[in-house]
Amino acid sequence: MKTHQYEVIVVGAGGAGLMAALYASRSANTAVLSKLYPTRSHTGTAQGGVGAALGNMEEDHPEWHTYDTVKGSDYLGDQDAIEFMCSEAVQAVYELEHMGLPFSRTPEGKIAQRPFGGHTNNVTGKPVPRACYAADRTGHMILQTLYQQCIKNKVQFYDEFHVLDLIVVNGAAAGVVAVELATGELHTFHAKAVIFATGGHGRIWEITSNAYAYSGDGVAVTLRRGIPAEDLEFFQFHPTGIYRLGILITEGVRGEGGILLNDKGERFMTKYAPTVKDLASRDVVSRAMYMEMREGRGIGGKRYLYLDVTPETVNKYAAIDGRRLPDGSAYQLKGEEILSKLPDIVDFCRTYLGVDPVTQPMPVQPTAHYAMGGIPTNKFGEVVIDEQNTVMPGFYAAGEVACVSVHGANRLGTNSLLDLITFGKHAGLRAAEFSKGATFQSLPSDAADFARQQLDRLVNNHGTENVADISNEMKAIMFDHVGVFRTEEGMRQVLKTIGELKERFKNAEVDDHGKVFNTNLLNTWELGNMLDLAEVTTFCALARHESRGGHAREDFPKRDDVNWLKHTLAWTVDGEIKLSYKPVTITKYQPKERVY
Amino acid sequence: MQVTLKIFRFNPEKDKKPHYETYKVEADPTDRVLDLLEYVKWHNDGTLSFRRSCAHGICGSDAMRINGRNYLACKVLVKDLRSNKITVEPILGLRVIKDMIVDMEPFFEHFRSVMPYFVNNDPPPATERLQSPEQRERFDDTTKCILCAACTTSCPSFWASDSYVGPAAIVNAHRFIYDSRDQAATERLNILNDQFGVFRCHTIFNCTEACPREIQITRAIGEVKKAIATGRLD
Repeated sequence: MKTHQYEVIVVGAGGAGLMAALYASRSANTAVLSKLYPTRSHTGTAQGGVGAALGNMEEDHPEWHTYDTVKGSDYLGDQDAIEFMCSEAVQAVYELEHMGLPFSRTPEGKIAQRPFGGHTNNVTGKPVPRACYAADRTGHMILQTLYQQCIKNKVQFYDEFHVLDLIVVNGAAAGVVAVELATGELHTFHAKAVIFATGGHGRIWEITSNAYAYSGDGVAVTLRRGIPAEDLEFFQFHPTGIYRLGILITEGVRGEGGILLNDKGERFMTKYAPTVKDLASRDVVSRAMYMEMREGRGIGGKRYLYLDVTPETVNKYAAIDGRRLPDGSAYQLKGEEILSKLPDIVDFCRTYLGVDPVTQPMPVQPTAHYAMGGIPTNKFGEVVIDEQNTVMPGFYAAGEVACVSVHGANRLGTNSLLDLITFGKHAGLRAAEFSKGATFQSLPSDAADFARQQLDRLVNNHGTENVADISNEMKAIMFDHVGVFRTEEGMRQVLKTIGELKERFKNAEVDDHGKVFNTNLLNTWELGNMLDLAEVTTFCALARHESRGGHAREDFPKRDDVNWLKHTLAWTVDGEIKLSYKPVTITKYQPKERVY
Repeated sequence: MQVTLKIFRFNPEKDKKPHYETYKVEADPTDRVLDLLEYVKWHNDGTLSFRRSCAHGICGSDAMRINGRNYLACKVLVKDLRSNKITVEPILGLRVIKDMIVDMEPFFEHFRSVMPYFVNNDPPPATERLQSPEQRERFDDTTKCILCAACTTSCPSFWASDSYVGPAAIVNAHRFIYDSRDQAATERLNILNDQFGVFRCHTIFNCTEACPREIQITRAIGEVKKAIATGRLD
């Protein structure tokens, strides 16, 4: 077995991982491990924009961004961290521009911005253009730009190295164990500091915008190492996924004036969010869509609605809303602007649906999209492992895998890309700084054994259970019962079924017993992670007797600040899940009723 | 409908040389070819190996040769192929490791060779560097590249010599050469003026046809050739 030594190891090469690597590698010997080629990372699929109060189109302030994010989080976000992120946002976006990121431009040559859900002018309550965008491929441009800068700065990469375990020595992170896909060999990476930037776990749901790679590896690995997960019951369902496929249709479509319509052709969001309507927070819009469909107003009675960005519809409702362009003239959208501002959306609809959004409405349904919860960290990316926020030495997390928590119970659109660049950077800086004052701990001789046992068990079982069947059953029940709406009865059934699926998983059928690119084995290992995540998510959701943000209980329909204004921490101990809670940090904004 | 999938198979731990396996699968006309490969992997033969991640044409993992043409397996639907016989093979010109998985390192090495990163050595302003919408539009098309290698591995010049830097690398050089904020166009043009540079392109257009992002690659290569020949960026 090969052993490598670096001061800082970054796991994951999406936006957070690459940003961490760029900053850590300035002062520390750093390597990045990723199970994918870096440019395949899921950051690349983000579309609509990155949030920052540049004020390039109209008046805006970081304080407004902060308040909107607190409100969007349904008051579960930690306000010190949110204020930090929103005030860093402006410089962070300029920094990306200085790295060459090709943002779309205003006529004056500044970074262009568009409205997004939940981002408002705090005086008028109307939507404010805060999403800094590069057409509808902002995530792609961030991922490419950061990877380009890593090449320029000669960052060391281990591409297609799949991390299976975190090595913990004396309560501190001391490295990781990874399998090299090309050879099947296990490698030990000895480190002073480890940064997890492994992304989310939306693949545990049937309809999802998430990549195959989004199997929750980071949280699953850390749970096995006794590190808690925070707020897993809060998972975002994005309102507009392509019907049945779940592929994301950016909120930027509604930012450009797109309207959600039911089977009667009604703009139903006026009922649910009278002020900002189609640009309410994602949790609010997804629930409204479910209620419309439940009352039989899905298109043709089915489980989808229309998202209409045809110029005729956009201009009709823009006139009703009195929407104006920055120069004061009435807002008008032309067909060719849809092509230039939303080219990928047009392409997806034409490719997968045979629908042309310039002339036809798009069939959409809520799609599992983003984990608000994850590995608990503070605002410096340091992992904190208990109710007192005790820092675990040498261990950092950033991006979707982490829970700072800046998103609380519901993330605002554009804040995920902002989260990546802000906390990726600070985790990288902190990890490098930590490594300068630390020495390498001696590794146990059996450092790779736990990872090896997990793989061996999958290869050497009875092989009687089909992996796809287990996976599909998990995804279906999670989507039906731990989705936009939840009930005690449904979730109890899910826990029972997941328990059975975990038993069946012990005999999961792995055909491939080879070493080279054994994706059969590694995808099966990923399913084990997903089953763990599904179970803990459901357990946390069942315990939380209130509705807040993305967690909507039909049996507890109200938010309960007296009993539930607190973060969940979940541990797995000897196969049992143990819960505890820690307070939310509240600085300026006292919780109040959330209306849009 | 029933589809007959003929799939290129090579397992380096078992096979001396590649062969083809045939699988009959039930498919919906709107299924992606990737969906069919996933079905075979989890129901017929778990050893079938291919890369994939986002499954909607953005991550660039699953470029393959499908019925003789390069596509992303996640971006071509069964109905698009107008045939119930589908042949799936690895992309050409890169060493096959296992089934559809090829060695991508030479491809990324060519990419890295063209300075595919922003260079501007002036101290940055306090806010953004200004760029007009027209200046931004000048290189818009080549910012779409997802490095899937569909273009480079469809190029006969690359098949003839894998020392040729290839269309994808030129596309990524173009993205910076024509960026009004960048300062390293001359260096990149010098790199591409090499004997394995841009003049290996014989304007065959395979790359443009193969690009799943619909980048006008041959045009971009033509612009780079012209810039080298005239010493001017128009």
